[in-house]
Amino acid sequence: MIQGFLDYITDPANWSGAEGIANRIVQHLGYTFLSLLIAAVIAFPIGLLIGHTRRGAFLAINTVNAWRALPTLGLLTLIVLLIGIGKVPVIIALVVLGIPPILASTYAGVSGVDPATIDAARGMGMTGREILTKVEIPIALPLIISGLRSATLQIVSTATVAAYVALGGLGRYVIDGLSLRDFPQMLTGAVLVAVLAIVLDLIFAAIGRYAVSAGLTGRRRRNTDTKTSTAPAPAGV
Amino acid sequence: MSWIGDNTGLIWTQLGQHIYLSLIPMVLGLLISVPLGYVATRFSWLANPLVALGGVLYSLPSIALFIVLPAIIGTKVLSQANIIIALTIYAVSLLIRNVIDGLRSVPEDVLQAAVSVGYGTLRRVVTIDLPIAVPVIFTGLRVVTVANISMVSVGAIIGVGGLGQLFTLGFQQDFLTPIVVGVVLSLALALIADILLVGLQRLLTPWARAVAPVKEVLR
Repeated sequence: MIQGFLDYITDPANWSGAEGIANRIVQHLGYTFLSLLIAAVIAFPIGLLIGHTRRGAFLAINTVNAWRALPTLGLLTLIVLLIGIGKVPVIIALVVLGIPPILASTYAGVSGVDPATIDAARGMGMTGREILTKVEIPIALPLIISGLRSATLQIVSTATVAAYVALGGLGRYVIDGLSLRDFPQMLTGAVLVAVLAIVLDLIFAAIGRYAVSAGLTGRRRRNTDTKTSTAPAPAGV
Repeated sequence: MSWIGDNTGLIWTQLGQHIYLSLIPMVLGLLISVPLGYVATRFSWLANPLVALGGVLYSLPSIALFIVLPAIIGTKVLSQANIIIALTIYAVSLLIRNVIDGLRSVPEDVLQAAVSVGYGTLRRVVTIDLPIAVPVIFTGLRVVTVANISMVSVGAIIGVGGLGQLFTLGFQQDFLTPIVVGVVLSLALALIADILLVGLQRLLTPWARAVAPVKEVLR
């Protein structure tokens, strides 16, 4: 079984062409980033608004709880039957799954900012807009990035399942391999998707490390006697 | 609607399989992560690597794990053991963090009081440490249970997916009813499981009710 997989994945013929591994990886990343971008454009402003005004929190928390319970295959088949086969319905499903984690973590990050910090910012004469962009967003950044990471992993995973409803990408190997009883091909798809997920996860961990203000992480301390508060650890997926 | 009437047998069978496929991994996950988490609090150098490994395993897409497992452990490709083992892996990778955090949240003076009145290690862990850790462990258990219930459906692609079979059936026949039934039952199952876990947590921590409600933790 493993030998068949190694033969498949090391055969240069399986890497080139429209149905080759290289192209499938590019496709998979394409679907993932497009869906993530649309989801972020929708979810981020709403999360900021709810977090900044602290209104609608109940709705935000319950949406994310319900989202976790939503069966992805059910959502995919439902949307495809309603709209039709094609890329657009699948991207819609991926966006729907990407929105809740980004929205909830943005909300949680912004609303979790210490009220004393916001009072201090206001006392210095910052406007609401300045407080949001210069205080709340930087402090919420670790959580926002962890939400983007959850959304990405969810989308990568669901994009694989979406091959069942005729999407391209790495899931094709799984679905086509299954119908041909070609296990090495299935294993190729599965391993590549797993590697892709881990690599994206590591990239987000790196972004989380370097994008967050040094004042929050204590990465670069100017005075050793200054107590630097540690940022909340990015919660797992 | 007549489809539902004609297929109650099928719906019940798949619902039963769905409950079975999501419940067993939850129980197994708890049985593995509690002792493992305890070991990690005793040998604290183990805690960070275990939590990190859990994070990596949890990031693996479920469909990938369902297919990679047979190659690693030699099960049949279309066996339901793959689903159960994969979901158990997810359960342990998520619960291990909560078990470690929960056991670490036991106050030092409580531990010392227990030892000084003569509690042995096992009795102390079972009757003192674990009950105090229950709220934190249950936060993770609720996430695991709800996530597992939704992930079981993905197994339908390889032919073992409980209510997920209704999605593949509906898709192949271009017929919405089975899909809607599957989604609704899956959501209902997750909701009921969550309510039961909240109830169980209240039963296990009667002191929390007497003082103040346990603080809800987002995620």
